[in-house]
Amino acid sequence: MSGNGTGIGASVKRKEDARFLTGRGRYTDDINLPGQLYGYILRSGMAHARIGAVHTDAAKAAPGVHAVFTGKDMEGVGGIPTGWEITNKDGSKMAEPAHPALATDKVRYVGDCVAIVVAETAEQAKSAANLIDVEREELPAVASIEAAEADGAPLVFDEAPGNVCYDWEVGDRAATDAAFDAADHVVSIDVVNNRLIPNAIEPRAAIANYDPATGEYTLYTTSQNPHLVRLLLGAFVLQLPEHKLRIVAPDVGGGFGSKIPHYAEEAILTWTAGQLGRPVKWTCERLDAFKSDTHGRDHISTAKLALDADGHFLGLHVSTKANLGAYLSTFATCVPTYLYGILFAGPYTTPAVYCEVKSFFTNTVPVDALRGAGRPEATYLLERLVDKAAVQLGMDRVEIRRKNFIREFPYQTPVALQYDQGDYDATLDLALKAADWAGFEGRRAEAAARGKCRGIGISTFIEACGIAPSAVVGSLGARAGLYESGSVRVHPTGSVSVFTGTHSHGQGHETTFAQIVSDMLGVDFDAVDVVHGDSAKIPFGMGTYGSRSLAVGGTAIYLAVEKVIEKGKKIAAHLLEASAEDIEFENGSFTVAGTDRSKTLGEVALTAYVPHNYPEGLEPGLEETAFYDPLNFTFPAGTHIAEVEVDPETGEVELVAVTGADDVGRIINPMIVDGQLHGGLAHGIGQALLEECRYQEDGQLETGSYMNYTMPRAADLPSFNINHNTTLCTHNPLGAKGVGEVGSIGVPPAVINAVIDALRPLGVDDMSMPATSQRVWQAIQQANG
Amino acid sequence: MNDFTYHAPTSLDDAVAALRGAEGGTLIAGGQSLLPIMKLNLAAPTDVVSLAGVAGLDGISDDGDSVTVGAMCTHAQVAGSATVQGRIPALAAMADGIGDAQVRNAGTIGGSLAHNDPAADYPAACVALGATIVTDRREIASDDYFQGMFMTALEDDEIITAVRFPVPARAAYAKFANPASKYAVAGVMVADGPAGVRVAVTGASGDGVFRMAEMESALGGSFSAEAVAGMGVSSHGLLSDTAADADYRAHLVTVMAKRAVEACG
Repeated sequence: MSGNGTGIGASVKRKEDARFLTGRGRYTDDINLPGQLYGYILRSGMAHARIGAVHTDAAKAAPGVHAVFTGKDMEGVGGIPTGWEITNKDGSKMAEPAHPALATDKVRYVGDCVAIVVAETAEQAKSAANLIDVEREELPAVASIEAAEADGAPLVFDEAPGNVCYDWEVGDRAATDAAFDAADHVVSIDVVNNRLIPNAIEPRAAIANYDPATGEYTLYTTSQNPHLVRLLLGAFVLQLPEHKLRIVAPDVGGGFGSKIPHYAEEAILTWTAGQLGRPVKWTCERLDAFKSDTHGRDHISTAKLALDADGHFLGLHVSTKANLGAYLSTFATCVPTYLYGILFAGPYTTPAVYCEVKSFFTNTVPVDALRGAGRPEATYLLERLVDKAAVQLGMDRVEIRRKNFIREFPYQTPVALQYDQGDYDATLDLALKAADWAGFEGRRAEAAARGKCRGIGISTFIEACGIAPSAVVGSLGARAGLYESGSVRVHPTGSVSVFTGTHSHGQGHETTFAQIVSDMLGVDFDAVDVVHGDSAKIPFGMGTYGSRSLAVGGTAIYLAVEKVIEKGKKIAAHLLEASAEDIEFENGSFTVAGTDRSKTLGEVALTAYVPHNYPEGLEPGLEETAFYDPLNFTFPAGTHIAEVEVDPETGEVELVAVTGADDVGRIINPMIVDGQLHGGLAHGIGQALLEECRYQEDGQLETGSYMNYTMPRAADLPSFNINHNTTLCTHNPLGAKGVGEVGSIGVPPAVINAVIDALRPLGVDDMSMPATSQRVWQAIQQANG
Repeated sequence: MNDFTYHAPTSLDDAVAALRGAEGGTLIAGGQSLLPIMKLNLAAPTDVVSLAGVAGLDGISDDGDSVTVGAMCTHAQVAGSATVQGRIPALAAMADGIGDAQVRNAGTIGGSLAHNDPAADYPAACVALGATIVTDRREIASDDYFQGMFMTALEDDEIITAVRFPVPARAAYAKFANPASKYAVAGVMVADGPAGVRVAVTGASGDGVFRMAEMESALGGSFSAEAVAGMGVSSHGLLSDTAADADYRAHLVTVMAKRAVEACG
């Protein structure tokens, strides 16, 4: 890989930004089809209620209204499926109650879909929805894990006793118990991982159309994985064959996991378009997004760490309760299990690790993946616990980590994963130096002179990205493969179209993937376009989540390019009257080794499409497809350090510095990588200091708007100090690991550890997320007794 | 949002007439409070009467002992006014801290005062500075104007035309903002003006702006941060929400009062 002005390793400005910044992006709501109608989804205002008759006559008679459909109308249409079946400790399968697209007998959360009104305008549809009279009998609700597990708690589903979805475990319990028996020290911690609302800047939207001429349905939707929507919507919900169902996810304004799931609205819209024979468009309003986009996190955990007298970790025991919400969203079940429990070795050599997770149904919005998905929850618990161990044992917070680092690779953890490569000392040392960790006490004293309590916190972490391989995840209950496809089409005159099954909704794939192809083929960066998001154009794809796009999707493209080069060599050899084995390809030219006789890629491509003088038996054309199923996860790792100043009078926490030293594997575009790190850090800081989804006991969403749900703003963030130390992934040819979730995984415990460090002189030794000013002030008051 | 009839009068008389002729009419100034609640169907006026084209509601003038701000002046205009910055810098700074840039460029002082949101900033400024609310038919002292959450002394068809602020010797505003909405959780304006020392609090009480008599008399004796620093505030009757419960709010009132006094210099 040669690297040039636009090649691998260059901070090329993003191709996609010209259209985004000039208002020429084409988002789902920008698309209008001839004859389109507008749908409005009537949602439940009650968290739990039995539904009787739904009277729609008045709404149907309202101006502009074409149709009103309720759950009764959709009876017989399949429910919304979930993508991963979890096996309980006792070998039985998880509870998997049906999720009707439109509620039938009951509504189970505030926001549950009750009816769709279709009218000439969106306003007419919304106004008419007010005229629908739903006969309801309100039932007691469970809006939290505590309420769901209480004795005699109301049941969200009759078929899930105790509101339990599954009771799962990973690791060797006996070995872990033995480690605690042999321990010199045991350190315990209770942590809550706060529930978050994703808040992508573009609300969800969809337009469905049915073409009676072809029998084909088309759904434009705000999805991170259009092929997955096609699979679930087609095969499971509407029973439509793939070749009659096209899913297009055009420009999408952020997802963060909330646009992974196949949503009920997508099924309702597509079915409604079929009923009416007209396109139907729906755009979610922001207030509805708060109560219908899948939420994230929401764990309660207790954990203990066994150590020897020197501070070596001997065993870790984690018990977690997870809130899954009212229905099983697409990946809801795997987030607190296979994306969580298997992370608990962290970067440490802890020989015995055990994690058990009990998950619960509640009358709240379904929970699914949110940037990091399971790994932030695991990292937060582990890095809080390690910090607490250092304090309890009187050890230095850095040294206790260094003492336990894994240094030999590959490393088999006691919780299933095998790390292929890493250098945790290198990122730790880099971060300590960049953050001037050694000089902190001087800064603490200077802040104290100003009446501020300054603290510093650290987190050393690993992630597991690019979840794979398919055979392994399948054996663990995944109902999909986790490979990716890439196609590379060299056009007759040498420009290139690249088709990827990943989806870009902020990640800059159109640039990064073009850099790879341009670099490998030696063609101009501007001559390479990346196509994604349309099931009619892309062979297949699993989409974008879990920081998988470069490591998995990029590798598929890489392999397709290699196939193109191999075929090109045969064509060039024929033109140059040489043997294909003697052809070398470099900088866009096929050359007979040791000579100056060569053909350009353009000449070879033209020959492939105008094959007058062509190798016998070789197919014309220059287009190749590769499917890549990874051999393993990738393991980005790093150290994050946060520095805060607390105003002890008001409890306000000011984040004054954030330093990261990250190993994300091969970096294709450093500017995009840093942008991803910045975004992830903002997300993680939001969780640590600002964001908290709260429900009232009756299941009403208390933080249902920007009036009281605090998103991080630029003014809440310091200028980030980002550093890199790279080790290459050993099992993909790019050496890529992943970067999209690093910040949201690594930084929250660093921030909270810093807040606790700041407050420790005041007697505070615990802090929950988010560390709001009120929470900090109350902790100070309690410590002052 | 329900359909409504839009009126664009050019004079106060026409505006009042339009309001009187409507079944359920309302005035709109900058629309920063009205439009959101209309979108949520919390308000459904039959008629909306815009003040944007009404003459004589703009401008900021220096009257010597006082500064008069036209009712349709935006928060950004008040914040950026050389007159306000020169004569009552605390008022300019307060206006500069309202909402965000978009709100400040559209929202108006008259609209804010007519709405009287209990967490708005202007009520604290008006009460502490002893401002007079000037309407199309009379003048109302601030102490008489604010009558509880979203309640004012205005008659149904009365229109604010201007606000007259006496120039104080010194004044400052300290606000602890809700981290999400940026509205005041506790906003305290302290002013040492012609009517003596006044301390007005917004954001903390469901009844809207209120004065802290004990702090006023303490500061009247000794205008120093220490005079109010240890002065506890009762949490009785204070708001409690996701950002701050009543105890925390009460504490913040004291801290903001102290900081406002400090900022007076």
